[in-house]
Amino acid sequence: MLNYDLVVVGGGPAGMAAALKAKECGVDSIIVLERAETLGGILEQCIHTGFGLHYFGEELSGPEYAAKFIDQLKGTDIVVKTDTMVLDIDDDKVVTAVNKKDGLLKINAKAIVLAMGCRERPRGALEIAGSRASGIMTAGTAQKYVNLDGYMPGKKVVILGSGDIGLIMARRMTLEGAQVKVVCELMPYSGGLTRNIVQCLDDFGIPLRLSTTVVETHGTDRLEGVTIAQVDDKLQPIESTKEYIECDTLMLSVGLIPENELTKNVGIGIDRITNGAVVDEMRQTDHKGIFACGNVLHVHDLVDYVTLEAQIAGQGAAEFILGGDKDAVYVTPETGNGVRYLVPQRVNINNKNEVKLYFRVGQIYKNAKVVLECDGKVISSKKKVKLAPGEMENVVIPADILAGMTPDSSIVVRVEE
Amino acid sequence: MCYDVSIIGAGVIGAMTARELAKYELKTVLVEATNDVAMGASKANSGIVHGGFDAKPGSLKARFNVKGCEMMPQVCRDLSVPYKNNGSLVVAFSEEEMETVKELYDRGITNGVPALSILDKAQLKALEPNLSDDVFGALLSESAGIVCPYELTIASTENAVSNGVEFVRNFKVDGISFDNGVFTLTSADGDTIKTKYVINAAGAHSDEISRLIGDESVELIMRRGEYFILDKAVGNLVSRTIFQCPTKMGKGILVSPTVDGNLLIGPTAEDVDVKDDTSTTSEGLKTIKTFSVKSCPTVSARNAITSFSGLRAHPVNNDFIIGPSKINPQFIQAAGIESPGLTSAPAVAEYIAEILVNAIGNVPENKNFNGIRKDVFRFRHATDEEKSAAIAENPAYGRIICRCESITEGEIIDAIKAPAGARDVDGVKRRTRAGMGRCQGGFCGSKVVEILARELGCSINDITKFGKGSNILFERTK
Amino acid sequence: MKRELTCVACPLGCSVTVEYNDSEIISVTGNTCKRGEAYAKTEITNPTRSLTSSVKVNGGILPVVPVKSDKPVPKNMLFECMKVINSVTVEAPVTIGQVIIENILDTGADIVATNNN
Repeated sequence: MLNYDLVVVGGGPAGMAAALKAKECGVDSIIVLERAETLGGILEQCIHTGFGLHYFGEELSGPEYAAKFIDQLKGTDIVVKTDTMVLDIDDDKVVTAVNKKDGLLKINAKAIVLAMGCRERPRGALEIAGSRASGIMTAGTAQKYVNLDGYMPGKKVVILGSGDIGLIMARRMTLEGAQVKVVCELMPYSGGLTRNIVQCLDDFGIPLRLSTTVVETHGTDRLEGVTIAQVDDKLQPIESTKEYIECDTLMLSVGLIPENELTKNVGIGIDRITNGAVVDEMRQTDHKGIFACGNVLHVHDLVDYVTLEAQIAGQGAAEFILGGDKDAVYVTPETGNGVRYLVPQRVNINNKNEVKLYFRVGQIYKNAKVVLECDGKVISSKKKVKLAPGEMENVVIPADILAGMTPDSSIVVRVEE
Repeated sequence: MCYDVSIIGAGVIGAMTARELAKYELKTVLVEATNDVAMGASKANSGIVHGGFDAKPGSLKARFNVKGCEMMPQVCRDLSVPYKNNGSLVVAFSEEEMETVKELYDRGITNGVPALSILDKAQLKALEPNLSDDVFGALLSESAGIVCPYELTIASTENAVSNGVEFVRNFKVDGISFDNGVFTLTSADGDTIKTKYVINAAGAHSDEISRLIGDESVELIMRRGEYFILDKAVGNLVSRTIFQCPTKMGKGILVSPTVDGNLLIGPTAEDVDVKDDTSTTSEGLKTIKTFSVKSCPTVSARNAITSFSGLRAHPVNNDFIIGPSKINPQFIQAAGIESPGLTSAPAVAEYIAEILVNAIGNVPENKNFNGIRKDVFRFRHATDEEKSAAIAENPAYGRIICRCESITEGEIIDAIKAPAGARDVDGVKRRTRAGMGRCQGGFCGSKVVEILARELGCSINDITKFGKGSNILFERTK
Repeated sequence: MKRELTCVACPLGCSVTVEYNDSEIISVTGNTCKRGEAYAKTEITNPTRSLTSSVKVNGGILPVVPVKSDKPVPKNMLFECMKVINSVTVEAPVTIGQVIIENILDTGADIVATNNN
């Protein structure tokens, strides 16, 4: 049995930032366990730029963003084990992991930060009828083949889902010589950032078809084509709009799912909307000393926010390790009109600092207001030109407002049209 | 060189027959048209070991089903194939359907099925509390079970090959000639195999193979069955296999746990006029949803991790076609094997071997035959001590490739190096479960491709999903 | 003339309106930062984009190394730049920030490695 103050599960942007912050806060022994061969997580294959504008004030590619944290880690005594898979976490915070060199590892932790990231929703969950030909893959898998392995996964491509990875891959495949025929999106709006629609689709004349889905795949060996159709307001395909598109590859970018199998095995409470743990403002789960941050907590669109969130979790873990468990009085913020979820899901009113609540809206709003209401009083009302489900928003509960709250206080975030 | 016996088709019937023949001093070859074993109905069926009360008394189906069901536990033990004697229920939703249940009970008794009983609603709900409140009663068959159909096929082939049977893949028989008591099988690529006996276990294609010798007696209708596989999170919704009352199209939509802990719902039954099209259809998937909730209202396709379809070779005469061809007695039919074909396989294989051995006469037994196929190391089933020991011996068991199912690099290498081992991504998946979990290969797919390329000594763009033409990658980007 | 643009300078994606005539930009509105104004002006006069891709590596851990243009290049030259990028092979080791192609097609932008290999 090994003993560490802090075990960080995952060495992507969240895990690295949490570990570094905890070190900065004075935690003595920290170990980061990463399942891939290298640190950096999914950033390693995200070779496009657009990372770091908020956090570093410069536009970086994924590997460059990751490298900044990898370099910082090298300058500390934080232990890193790559190619190491965590198999189990038990109630007593004993982490079981495995790798080739050490075999089975048991690590006793004072605190744990969960930073396992997310996975892509596969085809099975979609009910696309048709053949099981090769050439149907998630956009992330295709991204790995092109950017890391250096092989083309397709020549004539249809992309289902306009999430950011799908949009980024449309451009990537086009630049590498493939023909991207169309990007279909089931919803009446894109799930990706507007800038990506502009610079990944519009720039290359790739059509984006909203309220459209792939209903069938064709071809017995390699994919030969897909049938697409528009959907009605219940998202059901409209028979008369069916259209055959010849292609050898179907890339799916239909959503990301936080990888919370370990979290669930410990018995940590999960938010039904985010599919991540229920956490407080320090990103502590309902299991004391276990924290969660990054895409395993809720899917982010910007890595800069992942870093900021992970630093909160790292600090929270450090405070827990160094100062022990403090009495908390929780208020649960409520989602008002238009707000799908809030992270953190509970706020300790004994906390001395302001708390930022992150959220997503359920539909597109133009010229709407984001209103924060505490105990029936409007605390802030911020005008927004545009609110979209694909773009995470936040509101701040000022420290003085929190200080004046009681256990019966209410916090509501809502959209006012 | 001339073989004594060529088995055409490495489905469950061909594979188990190959293993039976390995018990004798015979030169046997198992000839498969595709890149792997179990590529037809044997990889895409319900995986049910039926009790044997469905089939018409006196039919081959009835005879081999009851015998096969009895043999299955031991066969699976010998071959280290996952099998569970979970029992099955045929559920009635009305007084009339209770009549059907009683008929099935009587038929079962006539067929010699052990451990049958009729349950009333209270008894039924006590056994399976998640069943619909609309149930009336059910037939309980305690000898029924579940098995992994492709693992049974893979394990039988491995064991046959370990005992001297040859396995030839990518040999699609498209010509058979007969001269001086010897058949010559010709493949689509022009290769030939000479053999004294032929066993036609070509599944959906057994009618075409039969016609190659001028025997028109195998008449098949392709019947498509579509399924959903649901996440392990709902795998224990029922513990027994739940059937609804049968119709003339088959045993209806079932809800069943699988040996791997998932929940299986399906199949539909639709007659189609194509042979290799295992597409799913939106209508079919809809049908499954509608009918499965009838048995079990909380079943939801929202928990689906994948859907698939399989083709059953339904014989027009409604019974298995087993025995020497009337055209040429050295050509033995094992055709029209639809449900309960999987259950019947051990018994059918034994019977065919007996026909052959009798026909050839004076065949000595293979004294070196070892019918035990030891299971390979399965990380997810091992204890901590076993894991540590395995990794110490082979570090590749310490590298998890498939996160969802905890499959290690070592297990994938074992699957590739096994007798008649995996040659493609789907082959690795069936042997190890890598890529069968929640993410459906999203993370591990590319790693499996790398390992296959490394172990087979080829480039990653030569690796296929399931053989010729199903390549995953095109050329290098640079 | 008037054009509605979505600023791609950062992930906020502000909606920006540009008024212009043949000789000059008259006004830029809707942007929330200076970068937005600059983006809008260039987008009308000479649209540019950052280019990212990968370059073949001999003897590295991976067969390719990711690269980017250190400044945006003219949008209409993206595919010509790709031809140049695709024609280059570098020897390992490659370090992050290493210039792979200097001043690609006289655009003033260097193609630099964005990871080690």
